[in-house]
Amino acid sequence: MSQTRRELLVDPLVDNNPITLQVLGICSSLAVTSSLKVALVMAIAVTLVTAFSSMFISMLRNHIPSSIRIIVQMVIIASLVIVVDQLLKAYAFEISKTLSVFVGLIITNCIVMGRAEAFAMKNPPIDSFIDGIGNGLGYGFILMLVGIIRELFGSGSLFGVTLLQTVNNGGWYVPNGLLLLPPSAFFVIGLLIWAFRTWKPEQAEEREYKIQTVEAH
Amino acid sequence: MGLRNFFDRIEPHFEKGGKYERFFPLYEMVESFLYTPKTVTTAAPHVRSYIDMKRIMTYVVIATIPAILFGWYNTGWQANSAIALLGESAQTGWRVGLIQALGIGLNPDSIFACAFHGLLYFLPIYLTTLVVGGICEVIFATVRGHEVNEGFLVTSMLYTLIMPPSIPLWQVGLGIAFGVVIGKEVFGGTGKNFLNPALTGRAFLYFAYPAYMSGDSIWTPVDGFSGATALSVSATDGYQALQAAGITWSDAFFGFIQGCLGETSTLACLIGLAFLLATKIANWRLVIGCLAGMIGFSMLLNAVGSDSNPMFAMPWYWHLVVGGYAFGLAFMVTEPVSASHTNVGRYIYGALIGVMVVMIRVINPAFPEGMMLAILFGNVFAPLIDYFVIQANIKRRMRRHG
Repeated sequence: MSQTRRELLVDPLVDNNPITLQVLGICSSLAVTSSLKVALVMAIAVTLVTAFSSMFISMLRNHIPSSIRIIVQMVIIASLVIVVDQLLKAYAFEISKTLSVFVGLIITNCIVMGRAEAFAMKNPPIDSFIDGIGNGLGYGFILMLVGIIRELFGSGSLFGVTLLQTVNNGGWYVPNGLLLLPPSAFFVIGLLIWAFRTWKPEQAEEREYKIQTVEAH
Repeated sequence: MGLRNFFDRIEPHFEKGGKYERFFPLYEMVESFLYTPKTVTTAAPHVRSYIDMKRIMTYVVIATIPAILFGWYNTGWQANSAIALLGESAQTGWRVGLIQALGIGLNPDSIFACAFHGLLYFLPIYLTTLVVGGICEVIFATVRGHEVNEGFLVTSMLYTLIMPPSIPLWQVGLGIAFGVVIGKEVFGGTGKNFLNPALTGRAFLYFAYPAYMSGDSIWTPVDGFSGATALSVSATDGYQALQAAGITWSDAFFGFIQGCLGETSTLACLIGLAFLLATKIANWRLVIGCLAGMIGFSMLLNAVGSDSNPMFAMPWYWHLVVGGYAFGLAFMVTEPVSASHTNVGRYIYGALIGVMVVMIRVINPAFPEGMMLAILFGNVFAPLIDYFVIQANIKRRMRRHG
């Protein structure tokens, strides 16, 4: 075992974050981060699905024929997503309506598939479970950061609790409407990636080109 | 030459190994602003030309002068007329106080009083743009070790001219910071940006604070006065209603209409454009393409017609004079960095923008004005257009010689 279980859990938070380093799962993070509550529910859902699907796939890993492994993985992931979807509809109907199609789309979330394929197929169940939790938390961590920025500056509140009184309600804060639109998450995630890579320069990719300079003769 | 001696004396401190090495970009900025830039082409071939970046940028700023001057007058004229209409109660704010303290008065018939009133709206916006945008530029230049570029003078001027007069200054600062950082610096600075930084900043404000960037009450900065732009009048009632709203074609052409600070006068923009074309800063192919696209597509829509959408009937000579079309055509479509770089590509790029403007204005009900979005759209497609033009050329030559 090259990584300790602690590393499996902590690494995906910053050092090997699924969103900022591997740039996976961007689509859902654009769609669900305009309010923090929804983002939190989505993060929990993805964490649970990743953890349990990794664990079950890891348990079966020696019995899955390589040629149909993607199908088997999809079946396991899809079953778990349906469970999550039904739970949300039963206990948090409002939030499940806001999340709408994006709960179903956890099936195609690259993070879930990526961990199943890259980690769970080669490692024992408990390690896979921890790895799934870790990656889910890494995803959730970025979702929370983006959600805090978007909800605080876009509507002046956090978790629906008003912090900055907006002009329409007699306060002073003029909400930034752009942050409520999905494209703004592109900017926020891009700036986060920039910040992460300035903090940890080893995450930066190598340049694909070299700027040519010619010396004067 | 005391100043030159001063620069020569302090220069060693800013060069590599000097005391203030980190602040070289600042030194370079002041020095190259006052004197000819020292950078010369080092690699062959050496083409001798009087055009360098500093001159290009200065020419563009010179070309905006008619629009600036007319912008002062028109902003002040709109404000003074509105105050005259609304009476004493509308005489609020520090600008009116200052004007009365100086004894200039608020007479809408006096050109000087109007221009001065407009200047008081222009200056705060322009200074905010310079300070906030300048700070962003200097931070990036210092950290990345490149030079602060004259390009920012152009960006800041164009950005100021496309702001509505009543915009709050903190939004001005936020917009230009976004425009400079996201529109330019993240891609490597001047010359590497594929979007127009001034328009990027404006687009940010347009989507972030739509109440301050569109509507009927923001164009004349007088409380309680509401004046619709020519485009929003024609979007609801068709261009025929403009006459009833008191806007004639020549009003719109000369610029006595509601709008952003510097965009209202088609004539002033065309003078600037003529200057840019004469000095060959602007490429005429872009202008031809953009005019052809706009005229062709609006004529097509005229012919198609529509019962429910009065904008279909708007003829091209109205499209030319209302909104930001002329300003965008003169100063933004022709921007060399973000436009296509091949000659065939320039026609296509221009035409794409021309068609898109009319499309957004006429067919999209959400946005009455489309020049900003059309140009940004064109910017995004410019590299792709170039790619296909070059590929087509390669294929043609292969067939001929291969």
